[in-house]
Amino acid sequence: METRLRMVLPDHELVRLYEQMFLSREFEEHCAEQYAKGNITGFLHLYSGQEAVAVGATAGLHKDDYILSAYREHAQAIVRGADPKRVMAELFGKATGLCKGKGGSMHLFDPALNFMGGYAIVGGQFPISVGLAFSSKYRNEDRITACFFGDGAVNQGTFHESLNWAQLWELPVLFICENNFYGIGTEVHRSSALASIHRRTCGYDIPSEKVDGMDVIAVYKAVKYAAEKVREIGRPLFIEATTYRFRGHSMSDPGKYRSAAEHELWKSRDPLPNYAKRLLDEGIATREALDAVEARCRASVEEAVAFAEESPWPEDSEVWEDIYV
Amino acid sequence: MSEMTYRDAINLALKEEMRHDPSVVVWGEDVALYEGSFKVTRGLLAEFGEERVKDTPISENTIIGVAVGAAMGGVRPVAELMTVNFALLAMDQIVNHMTKIHYMFGGQAVVPMTIRMPGGGGSQLGAQHSQSLETFFMHCPGMRVLYPSTPADAKGLLKSAIRDNNPVIFLEHELLYNSKGEVPADPEYLVPIGKAEVKRPGEQVTIVAYARMTVLALQAAEELAGEGISCEVVDLRSLAPLDDDTILASVRKTGRAVVVEECWRTCGLGAEIASRIFENCFDVLLAPVRRVSGLDVPMPYSRKIEKICIPQKETIVQAVREVTSGGF
Ligand SMILES: Cc1ncc(C[n+]2csc(CCOP(=O)(O)OP(=O)(O)O)c2C)c(N)n1
Ligand SMILES: [Mg+2]
Repeated sequence: METRLRMVLPDHELVRLYEQMFLSREFEEHCAEQYAKGNITGFLHLYSGQEAVAVGATAGLHKDDYILSAYREHAQAIVRGADPKRVMAELFGKATGLCKGKGGSMHLFDPALNFMGGYAIVGGQFPISVGLAFSSKYRNEDRITACFFGDGAVNQGTFHESLNWAQLWELPVLFICENNFYGIGTEVHRSSALASIHRRTCGYDIPSEKVDGMDVIAVYKAVKYAAEKVREIGRPLFIEATTYRFRGHSMSDPGKYRSAAEHELWKSRDPLPNYAKRLLDEGIATREALDAVEARCRASVEEAVAFAEESPWPEDSEVWEDIYV
Repeated sequence: MSEMTYRDAINLALKEEMRHDPSVVVWGEDVALYEGSFKVTRGLLAEFGEERVKDTPISENTIIGVAVGAAMGGVRPVAELMTVNFALLAMDQIVNHMTKIHYMFGGQAVVPMTIRMPGGGGSQLGAQHSQSLETFFMHCPGMRVLYPSTPADAKGLLKSAIRDNNPVIFLEHELLYNSKGEVPADPEYLVPIGKAEVKRPGEQVTIVAYARMTVLALQAAEELAGEGISCEVVDLRSLAPLDDDTILASVRKTGRAVVVEECWRTCGLGAEIASRIFENCFDVLLAPVRRVSGLDVPMPYSRKIEKICIPQKETIVQAVREVTSGGF
């Protein structure tokens, strides 16, 4: 049974979730276009299809909470509040980028938003998340750390070491697995002996649950509840959100390992149109209102692209900056 | 000033810095209750309690990664890896994370942390417990690498390391823990990072060394003085950054150099220092720069053959005789 939306959040916040998902999708689709034009280079991993996870989860966290993620993290940064202009400029490698053009698509970072980074070594963010949670506990700060990662990351040593550590030291970490069922071309059953990822936490006595990652409200409710629980008990919890990426792993991946039928099935579960329909059906927004939201998102991303195009390149001398404090 | 061991000087530095700054925490395998496998952290748990002095699981990569995160969050961790050999399990967090975060996030994050690790060979611990991996760390930009030879330097350098806002690798030689020396009692005694020290002035040959190699170089210099050969011993102390000024000024004065390294010869720090000398002092060199190195072999156990794999006083003496006799 689906929750009635008004049981969950006020109307304007419900619409805002739609806006954030639409902005994320729009941003990613523009990235693909800019990659084709050669304005974005290097690795580019798009988030299209997974929006309900970043948007629902971020809405369930406090502004003070730390967020860390992997390399498919544009949406997480933008939903957290990062300026799309500066994110796009970072992808273009421009001096006005979030990290002065030195990070790129996979290494976004915004300390003012407590967005503590995108990491491109699979599993690298686990111990760092645990360490940030330690710092919050040590400094008596009222914040938890949300650590996002993919289904492929759960077979890294750092996953097991960090789950054990967070529980052992009683640290406030919320682990959020974005299970899109593939690590590049390897389907989860072909890489994990126990493919039901949330069940893997029993070795560390960390409670966990699985949530429908195509449903922004389900993700929001699960994360909101879990985040408050982590805050209260000062111990880690674990959420597995099942989802799907509509594009290849990165721009060089044609995605031949997934069947058309599978793709179609997940497409029918696209979080954007499905959530829009609920907003309309429950009378929370009109079609005109959603059109206006969509137009605003498009304009914002177009502005971001223009900003990135016009921005200056980093100076050559920049290579020697920021190696040491 | 008081006389103490290298071990106690490191212990004192840890205690002083923990008293000085409540954000300093210490963790590692067996550092708290057991007080360290080399007893360097003796008394820390008793004085500072379990919030600040913590035993960890045997998870080297995560020991470092948690320190990285804690440092980003405003804590100043001093992580101990039981020995440098185990750092190889943590190279992902050290090289891919610790040294990259400040740079790749455009200077917006700082990682003020120190990794202490005992290392070096000579105790018949076999191939997996006798390595000298200093060059591995020197190769990577984004961290400091320190390796003291005396108790005083150990205290002053470790204190500087902990106060530094960059990641620092602090190496400790296992065979020096019981060595003794005068150590300043001043809790503000700091040895600057990036400064080598001339431990013995001389005229004819510069011997560049570090850590236990400095101790051997000084013994060699003493013996050579008896033969009328005057050696200047430069103790690097800081392997990254290297103090080119002190090294090159000494070689400009003596015209000859022998570099002593405990690590493997191939791509070792001796090769790096020799090429800096060739690049900058070619005009004054009276002999080719010589390297005295660890042999390019996994360390054997038997003490008879382990000895030949590590530079000894005799091999340093021999190298100096060669560069001064014209018989090179
Ligand atoms: C340590 C490491 N090994 C391999 C890679 C190459 N790699 C990049 S992404 C990826 C798959 C990860 O899959 P998953 O965690 O499910 O995340 P997703 O891409 O599905 O978001 C691999 C193997 C890497 N970046 N880091
Ligand atoms: Mg995946």
